[in-house]
Amino acid sequence: MQVKITVNGQPREDAVEPRMLLVHYLRDVAGLTGTHVGCETTLCGACTILMNGQAVKSCTMLAVQADGAKLTTIEGLAKNGQLHPLQEGFWEKHGLQCGFCTPGMIMAAVDLLSRNKNPSDEEIRHALEGNLCRCTGYQHIVEAVQYAAHKMR
Amino acid sequence: MFPATFEYHRAHSVKDALALLKRFGQDAKLLSGGHSLLPMMKLRLAQPAHLIDIGAVGELAQIAEEGGKVVIGAGVTHQQIADSALVRGKLQALAEAAAQIGDVQVRNRGTLGGSLAHADPAADYPAAVLALEGEVKLEGAQGTRTVKAQDFFVDLLTTAMNPDEILRQVSFSPIAVGTGCAYLKRPQPASGFALVGVAALVSLGRDGSCEKVRVGVTGLGSKAFRAAGVESALAGKKPEANAIAAAAAHAADGIDCLSDIHASADFRAELARVYTRRAIEKALERCAR
Repeated sequence: MQVKITVNGQPREDAVEPRMLLVHYLRDVAGLTGTHVGCETTLCGACTILMNGQAVKSCTMLAVQADGAKLTTIEGLAKNGQLHPLQEGFWEKHGLQCGFCTPGMIMAAVDLLSRNKNPSDEEIRHALEGNLCRCTGYQHIVEAVQYAAHKMR
Repeated sequence: MFPATFEYHRAHSVKDALALLKRFGQDAKLLSGGHSLLPMMKLRLAQPAHLIDIGAVGELAQIAEEGGKVVIGAGVTHQQIADSALVRGKLQALAEAAAQIGDVQVRNRGTLGGSLAHADPAADYPAAVLALEGEVKLEGAQGTRTVKAQDFFVDLLTTAMNPDEILRQVSFSPIAVGTGCAYLKRPQPASGFALVGVAALVSLGRDGSCEKVRVGVTGLGSKAFRAAGVESALAGKKPEANAIAAAAAHAADGIDCLSDIHASADFRAELARVYTRRAIEKALERCAR
């Protein structure tokens, strides 16, 4: 089936099998491997992207369901070689160790900061409850999001 | 994990979807947000030959007030329900149930109609829809019909819907002055589904006694249910601690409780009694306002 999807501002048109998951479309068709495949069961959040500005888990969507949508992946955040404040925050505050969960964490945090410019630590933890990290213990992730929130205000 | 192959059809209206359902019958499944169906398909627990995507059907995606009722379209997402000022103000227990489903990514995609039609025994909505006495509007080749919440949930993953029907909307009477409602849940820590979830609605009469009591329980048995024993035990009584506790003690009466590694049947039954008491107390607090 033919789909028209805008990925990080670039309109694309691709023929996809109806059963292709959106995460595989991004990785294997669009060649954007920053979106990770983790648990594949809607729990871990590693595959989180923005669809029309909202965080979604791309392992639990079909590519055909995104027909006509505007998607943003981790690759779409940096502008003109400048890291997005959240990317910078994760760097500055050591918000990652192995980095596997990081793209999903950041995309979920982008969704949060678009809705809430001044979140409490508790609100950050609540907004990221759909994203699992096995390295950091989350504290540094919360600090990284606070860093970005502060910088973006 | 890939779903098995299927043919994909996009419906642009309810009429479209009904025509496709008629054409493909039992071999077809409706796809809305896909957050119940796609996980089942990836695990090959479901292998429909045809998927009818109703995700783009705008007429299913509205929340409105019509004729004194709050009407929520089947395609409205959990996040929209959780954020809706109308739902938060007039159907607080439903907004609370929506806000506690999964995580924000799930709430951005999953829909009211999808969750209800799937009828997971540990889903959050059924408890609230039962306590708030929602009416489910179904549309099929034979026309439309309305099913009361307590008749809608039939068994594990089974509802009163026919295979050729689509769930259009759920309508509710808004909470009146002197009435309060609440939804409380004990989540399963890994999945976030309800080990037990309880929605309660209480109306106080002029003499301060409980005029109307409605309690919906999810997670406990093979389907969500109205706890009739609790309702009748508290109706007509003054809302005092002893009376509430005595009524809540009936929350698991007659239920064959689920048991798994997360919670034994006994523990689930105890959770149901405790959360029923707390939900009634919370609903009562809100009556006063």
